[in-house]
Amino acid sequence: MHALEINGLTKTYGSGTKALDGVDLTVAAGDFFALLGPNGAGKTTVISTLASLVTATAGEVRVFGHDLLRERAKVKGMVGLVPQEFNFNGFVPVQEIVRQQAGFYGVARREASERTAYLLEQLGLADKATAQARQLSGGMKRRLMIARALAHRPSLLVLDEPTAGVDVELRHGMWEFLTRLNREEGVTILLTTHYLEEAEALCRHVAIIQRGKIVVSAPMRELLEQLPEESFVLDLVEPIAHAPTIPGVRLSLLNPGVLELEVRRGQPLDQVFAALHAAGVRVMSLRNKSNRLEALFIKLTGHGVEDKA
Amino acid sequence: MNFVQQMRALWTLLERETLRFVRIWPQTIIPPMVTTALYFIIFGGLIGVRVGEVGGVPYMDFIAPGLVLMAVISNSYANVVASFFSAKFQRHIEELMVSPMSHLSLILGFMAGGMARGMAVGVAVALIAALFTDLSVHDWGLALLVMLLTSAVFSLAGMLNAIFAKTFDDISIVPTFVLTPLTYLGGVFFSIELLPQPWRDLSLFNPLLYMINAFRQAVIGVSDVPVGLALGLLFALFFVLLAACVYILRKGWGLRG
Repeated sequence: MHALEINGLTKTYGSGTKALDGVDLTVAAGDFFALLGPNGAGKTTVISTLASLVTATAGEVRVFGHDLLRERAKVKGMVGLVPQEFNFNGFVPVQEIVRQQAGFYGVARREASERTAYLLEQLGLADKATAQARQLSGGMKRRLMIARALAHRPSLLVLDEPTAGVDVELRHGMWEFLTRLNREEGVTILLTTHYLEEAEALCRHVAIIQRGKIVVSAPMRELLEQLPEESFVLDLVEPIAHAPTIPGVRLSLLNPGVLELEVRRGQPLDQVFAALHAAGVRVMSLRNKSNRLEALFIKLTGHGVEDKA
Repeated sequence: MNFVQQMRALWTLLERETLRFVRIWPQTIIPPMVTTALYFIIFGGLIGVRVGEVGGVPYMDFIAPGLVLMAVISNSYANVVASFFSAKFQRHIEELMVSPMSHLSLILGFMAGGMARGMAVGVAVALIAALFTDLSVHDWGLALLVMLLTSAVFSLAGMLNAIFAKTFDDISIVPTFVLTPLTYLGGVFFSIELLPQPWRDLSLFNPLLYMINAFRQAVIGVSDVPVGLALGLLFALFFVLLAACVYILRKGWGLRG
């Protein structure tokens, strides 16, 4: 069963701007899926159409087999949306925002209150339950929107740039929560993000959208394998003045104690380490460089992720 | 969603809308009470004694029903137009748009919120009126029906205004330049019997005249127009505005991209 099937989705705004130009996308049930793309590529329009905030010009959207146009209420009940911009009434207490959202989905009062208390606890907002939403910090507001989107127990959670403007610590806390939600509760998650390391850390499947079209959609592992080169960061035991020269690999010194190593995919690393050892360089630890997806993005689209489409 | 779930959603929206105006009661409930008290002191007390009787009753008694209904009209309209436009402006209308609430439930929820404020303020103003007059309600059933229908009609009208409004100026134009003049010219302070022609006949095209007179009939048993006609007009306006709101929401005008 697919959580989401989008076929030939097209959206042309009244101004004549073609935001989506025949988007085809499939998200498997239980998947953690990233939709990547430069600014203006159409990510938010896809999500807004799925959430019934935008009416498509043409095309078909099915959520867990239910057609959006024919069974809109059913589809709405299965989708939880975390939009990019804060869109709650800042003068209302936090718990009221979440409880009322459950009410709008027809959840009974007691169940809505219990669900609200649980979600606020899970997202670290329990002590802010009675505070007005406008008094929350940016990260808390973002978590409030996640709590609100989960109020009615959706099967498909859609997040539009969920960690934009959130500091590193909070971002990792949010990643942990979303991963748990996906693994333990089986909620399918579709997110758009500018943070490529976010997609790489969280998602099993990636689609890249550019100029309103899906350029590629594939499992994360499969996509990363397309990269001709792999980058590693080596922490050295002792600092060195210059990067050694080793045939067949590229080495650059990031700082006296850290080397960046680029090798062809599949090239045995033991040869590289032997050469480094011979050059008097001792390696303490090694880690993958996290910009592989960025490199892939540029390879596939010819743009950096921040470029305008 | 089944019927019970739709009712829960509608009730949640009504609760939200009611809490909204109750939380800011010094801005929503108190000012109309103060204004009405001033109307009674100035128009009823100071000027009214020189006017004498209108429609066979003291002037103070004559203006009381109109003042109550004027409060119902302006507050029902103000509640929905402000709440719905703010929801659009701050984009929390999306909380409702992404939910499976039907368009009808959404409209009825906002309408009920407007009616709650209209009725609450109407009752508060009636209590002020009771301090200045010695009124006994002629027909309680008719009074309640006219108040409910009037507040429903103006709540729906406020919603239409908010749907099409693009700026805060757009939500003040209709109350200032349409609603207030029509209310004042709708016979709150005078009987149209006092008007010369052609103003008297022109007044018959003002729908507020019918509402105010129907309510005056219910309270003091005096009306310039047939009550049956007034009720017919109220029901017609209610269904036309409700149908317009459902149609517009279904089309997504002013809301969906």
